[in-house]
Amino acid sequence: MITVEAPNIQKIENPNLKEPEPEHCPGPESEDAGKGDACDGCANQEICESLPKGPDPDMNLINERLKDIKHKVLVLSGKGGVGKTTFTTMLSWALAADEDLEIGAMDLDICGPSLPRMLGAKGESVHASNSGWTPVYVNDNLGMMSIGFMLPEDDSAIVWRGAKKNGLIKQFLKDVDWGKLDYLVIDTPPGTSDEHISVNTYLKESGIDGALVVTTPQEVALLDVRKEIDFCRKANIKILGLVENMSGFVCPGCKNESMIFKPTTGGGKALCEELGIPFLGAVPLDPRIGKACDDGESFLDLYPDSPASTAILDVVDALIESIES
Amino acid sequence: MTDNFQSVKNILLVLSGKGGVGKSSVTTQLALSLSLQGFKVGILDIDLTGPSIPRIFQAEDSKIVQSHHGWIPVSSTNGIKLISIGFLIKDRGDSIVWRGAKKSAMIKQFITDVNWGELDYLIIDTPPGTSDEHISIVEELSAYREKIIGGVIVTTPQLISLEDVRKEINFCKLVKLEIIGIVENMNGFVCPHCKECTNIFSSKGGEILAKELSLKYLGRLPIDPKYNELVESGKLAKYQDSEIYNEYFKIIMEQIDVRSISKE
Repeated sequence: MITVEAPNIQKIENPNLKEPEPEHCPGPESEDAGKGDACDGCANQEICESLPKGPDPDMNLINERLKDIKHKVLVLSGKGGVGKTTFTTMLSWALAADEDLEIGAMDLDICGPSLPRMLGAKGESVHASNSGWTPVYVNDNLGMMSIGFMLPEDDSAIVWRGAKKNGLIKQFLKDVDWGKLDYLVIDTPPGTSDEHISVNTYLKESGIDGALVVTTPQEVALLDVRKEIDFCRKANIKILGLVENMSGFVCPGCKNESMIFKPTTGGGKALCEELGIPFLGAVPLDPRIGKACDDGESFLDLYPDSPASTAILDVVDALIESIES
Repeated sequence: MTDNFQSVKNILLVLSGKGGVGKSSVTTQLALSLSLQGFKVGILDIDLTGPSIPRIFQAEDSKIVQSHHGWIPVSSTNGIKLISIGFLIKDRGDSIVWRGAKKSAMIKQFITDVNWGELDYLIIDTPPGTSDEHISIVEELSAYREKIIGGVIVTTPQLISLEDVRKEINFCKLVKLEIIGIVENMNGFVCPHCKECTNIFSSKGGEILAKELSLKYLGRLPIDPKYNELVESGKLAKYQDSEIYNEYFKIIMEQIDVRSISKE
């Protein structure tokens, strides 16, 4: 019996090629690309011959743009709807609470950009000048920029294949004028595809401090998060830690706690122990978080004494510690 | 090669712009409900970077087998035929780090190479967004347009989810995919201790959106830890006795009224 297997999943592929590189490939960007012994009969030969040689000139522009940013943190999760954007928002508000820090929040979700609404910047327009796109300031020391700002009106679906998305991400990284920042928090869409490969490629030289991985407690989410962690390993992205969101719900009526998304396999904590990743904490479900996000207000400011706020700030502290160490 | 899709009678898609709203859960419940009505059902999971169907059906260790007549889907204990990339990887933690072109090639193979056998309904579970997977599945199905009965849109009630769902609806219009209606998932949570209902993710958003866009509102599903427990403990066979089926999903099935929209 022959079972079917998915092809070539062990390595991150070169985006320009049709097939994975053969064993003695001279390298698609090298001077000998397409001319080596291994190139004869390779499906990529023609592509390699025509690829631009040497380093990508845009990389210098991206590096120049981002050179005054001290720390870059990716917010990732294999699973959608677990709270990546919510956490990006919370982390940004929390970091910006220190007036001496300059914070930027960047949204890379092209098909479903939610960060403008959550940070209260929905409907803002961005300004382009000679020096590039200026971020929208939602606070004295908190600027944000969404790839959504570069797209046509609200409800229109962005029906783009990957290649087009990559072009936009590159332009976005190249053209946004962040200036000096202590932290840039980067929100990503779910999955392990074009956006993730691109942001990692384009930020490789200027350096990513690492990733904050967000999950919810149930196994269906953890399974996708495992894959995201596997992606980080393949892409050499350091994992700063994992946070478990929507962990338990306290009924406002009777104050009893229910596990809405049951951690039948041990939740985020067990996954961290298994894979050797720092577990940064668990944040309970609180209906007021969703409301604050819909309204673009800071939950941390509105309900500073709530258990969820305390939990979020603990996670932020643990994360900063992980970045600084 | 013979046309493997010939024996598939009707195709349904489950879509949402937003992730984590319950697309796979609605796909599963649709499949179980149709199966309970005596239909032959299959699920095609085209979420390539985050496939959930193998886990939901407790079939993660199953493999897809190659035969002379094409790929043989995994059969769940409920008799539902399943295809997912989750069955094609060695380790459940393996990530699929593919750019668009490769994802499209995989989806094409799912459409051309799978030998489904006789199916009354094939339900296609999609990833969030409106990108490669979505464009590809619509393109690959273009030869079978007459079999497509439409898309079921899933949302949660809060604004942030509705905004992404609007985009998905516009995508459906753009590619001329009929929308059967909107299901509102995670509508309210009834505290098992005091029976008070809390709208954790707001409420009625899906219903209001349906009205605004003149789409059919199919019904709502509450946050139900008991359903999650059925899934997690591999007891989907007991779905027909569950509250979520009897109190909620049956209404959705009546609203969909699958017989009236089916092709054969």
